[in-house]
Amino acid sequence: MAKLSFQLNADDFLPASASEKESLVVMRESVGFWKDGFRRLKRNKIAMVSLVVVILVLFISFVIPQFYPYTYEQQIRGSENLAPMQYSQTELTTMETGGKVFPHILGTDNLGRDYAIRVMMGSRVSLVVGIIASVLILFIGSLYGSIAGYFGGWVDLVMMRIVDMIYTVPDILIIILLSVAMDQPLKALAVKPGFQWIQVVGVNLISIFVVFALLYWVGMARIVRSQILILKEQEYVTAAKALGASSGRIIRKHLLKNCIGTLIVTTTLQIPSSIFTESFLSFLGLGVNAPMPSLGSLASAALNGMNSYPYRLFAPALAISLIILSFNLLGDGLRDAFDPKLKD
Amino acid sequence: MSGYLVDIKNERLSFFTPAGEVKSLNDVSLHVKEKEVLGIVGESGSGKSVTAYSLMGLTAYPGRLIGGTLEFDGKRIDQMTEKEMRKIRGNEISIIFQDPMTSLNPVYTIGNQIAEAVLLHTDKTRAQAAERAKELLTLVGINEPEKRLKQYPHELSGGMRQRVMIAIALACEPKLLIADEPTTALDVTIQAQILELMMDLKEKLGMAIIMITHDLGVVANMCDRIAVMYAGKVVESGTTDDIFYRPGHEYTKGLLRSIPKLNEKEHNRLIPIEGSPVDMLNPPAGCPFAPRCKSCMKICLREMPEYTDLSDTHYSACWLHQKAEFAAARKHPAGIDAQKAGQE
Amino acid sequence: MGRYIIKRIGMAVVTIFAVATITFFVMNMVPGGPFMAEKAVSPQAQAALEAKFGLDKPLSEQYITYMKDLLHGDLGLSVKQRGRTVNQIIASKFPVSARVGGMAILLAVMTGVPLGSIAAYRRGKLADNIIIVFSTSGIAVPNFVTCTILMYIFSLKLGLLPTYGLTSWKHYVMPVAALALYPSSYIARLMRSSMLDVMGQDYMRTARAKGVSQMVSLFKHALRNAILPVVTYLGPLLAYTLTGSFIVEKIFTIPGLGSEFVGSITSRDYPLIMGTTIFLAALMVTMNVLVDIAYKLIDPRIKLK
Repeated sequence: MAKLSFQLNADDFLPASASEKESLVVMRESVGFWKDGFRRLKRNKIAMVSLVVVILVLFISFVIPQFYPYTYEQQIRGSENLAPMQYSQTELTTMETGGKVFPHILGTDNLGRDYAIRVMMGSRVSLVVGIIASVLILFIGSLYGSIAGYFGGWVDLVMMRIVDMIYTVPDILIIILLSVAMDQPLKALAVKPGFQWIQVVGVNLISIFVVFALLYWVGMARIVRSQILILKEQEYVTAAKALGASSGRIIRKHLLKNCIGTLIVTTTLQIPSSIFTESFLSFLGLGVNAPMPSLGSLASAALNGMNSYPYRLFAPALAISLIILSFNLLGDGLRDAFDPKLKD
Repeated sequence: MSGYLVDIKNERLSFFTPAGEVKSLNDVSLHVKEKEVLGIVGESGSGKSVTAYSLMGLTAYPGRLIGGTLEFDGKRIDQMTEKEMRKIRGNEISIIFQDPMTSLNPVYTIGNQIAEAVLLHTDKTRAQAAERAKELLTLVGINEPEKRLKQYPHELSGGMRQRVMIAIALACEPKLLIADEPTTALDVTIQAQILELMMDLKEKLGMAIIMITHDLGVVANMCDRIAVMYAGKVVESGTTDDIFYRPGHEYTKGLLRSIPKLNEKEHNRLIPIEGSPVDMLNPPAGCPFAPRCKSCMKICLREMPEYTDLSDTHYSACWLHQKAEFAAARKHPAGIDAQKAGQE
Repeated sequence: MGRYIIKRIGMAVVTIFAVATITFFVMNMVPGGPFMAEKAVSPQAQAALEAKFGLDKPLSEQYITYMKDLLHGDLGLSVKQRGRTVNQIIASKFPVSARVGGMAILLAVMTGVPLGSIAAYRRGKLADNIIIVFSTSGIAVPNFVTCTILMYIFSLKLGLLPTYGLTSWKHYVMPVAALALYPSSYIARLMRSSMLDVMGQDYMRTARAKGVSQMVSLFKHALRNAILPVVTYLGPLLAYTLTGSFIVEKIFTIPGLGSEFVGSITSRDYPLIMGTTIFLAALMVTMNVLVDIAYKLIDPRIKLK
């Protein structure tokens, strides 16, 4: 039995107009893919913090050294083995006579080189290697993976067999071998005209890039391929084909564009991985040539004097851990924000 | 207390998500008698599954019961501890889920999974439980039960897997079986078999069934009574005949109208229900169906309709039922209360 | 199953063969040969040495000879360590690395799996956040950093553990811990995401609906499914442990195969370089095959081709 619990009047039973009905329908605002993703990213505090750290690191590695009073190979006589913030005799004298001497924030190494700038340059080298390697991997890997995934059939089969074989080959071993093997030929090449830059960059670095280009793209290829396999079943691809689009156009315009989220995430996560590998090799002495520093080689050199000059070890160690950690966290945050599969 | 096997009164349940409070159930009341088959009909998001799960204490995080009472067999479910609930689950109340593909654990054998239900609630030994599992497989119409016990879920077809789910549910001869869209994921021919099986078993074991579905065809055959849910409320409830031949609520009428008939003339268009489902984050103040209702009145947008009894067995929540009464009341200047008094 | 095994072994053999070939040609790209760095030898002595080691024959012949020997399991004579065969060297050094590496792998699995599971079970709570922080740091820190920091704290400052050698159990602590940190963190993260995945599956709901308790459902129903990705990781885990051993053995002065390999490169001991590379590659490939087979045994869903 219905109970009338409040006042009703006749008007209430008149039909409601269309506009009155519409006012009740609240549609949640639809956001685009990027806006939505960035919104999610901003909410992720850890990712935001790591983004800030990454920007800071980039600033310290690329901008500050341009204005720094010391260079990484500059050897200051009389200032060897200074502790952080310590001044040498010569420097003290200069300051007494009114001259200005920029403090050695991290002291100097055994050749009188300011350590702070060396760590900064080391970061720069590690970052450059990491980023360039990752970009290389991005291009080679996504091209390879999209071709394999899109064409399928025996093209895919053959390409993936090759990937499997490369995957099983122990990469570090090959890198080491190649670095050693290419050492002499590249040095010979470096004196020829037009190839002077090899001397600056360093033979080992080149071999690292070569190896990255040869071996490390397989991970990216696999990921791109599996994305393409899913995407190419989508109806808009069939529609594009029906309209007569060429394979290249379909791959570029439709498939890869929809992969961009995954590509960005994977590349961001590839950077710390490349830096990891580079520091590993530098530590073993297969990285950049002296006097150019790398965080790995700095750490390696600091091993011997660990007792007396522990900071020489900790500075590069801390730097590299920080760089790798922040890129990883940023990559994780990007993935949580842009990957439709909720990672939560 | 009330004589019903299941008595849910004014249940309110919300999910506290990061996006806000999703008011899933907004004052739901229904009951089931022993050995009765109740059908709960509604579209996705209407709250039908949520109601059923809450009866078993299986509400997923971050959902929480925030009001109302749930009674089963005289016991207050909403006041039970987890330990007490466990004794009831799989024992007195069982549930079979929608997707048999994913509802069985892929790494354990069928026999193991059925026997688990037996071992949990009885004192049988492993061997006895295995025997019982074989019995159950025969009961649900699976041939070669010996062989099946040792098989894994992926080795069975969809229909067979659903039969296994039924076997697991019936292992301890429950008083109530909840079937959450049990045939939606199956082929049409298999659907009929499974439903027939369920009715058969219901007779044999004397249990009550709550059949949750969006398919009116299923409820027509199987159910004694039907509750129609929309946006977290029961909008209409009655016997099967009541609902099919004398639908009271506009939503129910819309559902019935939208079923294409076999003898439909070719050029007749299908009649869908206009509009889209309610946003449960911000449910409207008035009748949730108002924006989509053809007969929407001004009052519908303002106030939640109360229940009107259309017969002993049949009630519906719609202001339209009040309209006739109200019109009649207006003819008696003494007022509405007098009219009501007159009817008492 | 049998056909699958044969196929995998076949592929493994092909890969090892390819690695051997690549190594051979790469090594011979280096001009100068193994005797260049040595004190100036007279041309006759050099020629004699080269003849002894068969280095004067044309490249293709050297290759064939090497491959033939390889098939017999003969990895040749060491050029720098006179009188010892490569097999001997590997046989003496490998067990050392295997012990340290094996313990590291064991430690990694035994810490990673429980930690990851706990993090998943207590998702969002303090335990989860702590574990995430530690495991994310663990995979970010390169192992030479871990080694050196451990050495600094426990040897130099606290004087508790020795810095080099492998004579007592104390010597094992730091190398094993340093080697296990990365894989342990990786496994913890992997396990966590795998468990979270599994915990959201429908069959977990079925288990609860049967009346299974939380604990039992986690251990019986979830774990068995969640551990599968970790099993897949065992292959790369071994590869990591092998390469990680280069650094760890160098820093802690452990006479294992890793430091031997690094040393052989700088000293240009071709047969040793090749032999070690092939041995390590063969080891990794074999492990991958074994892991693949094990995975297919554990997961009944995988169709055995």
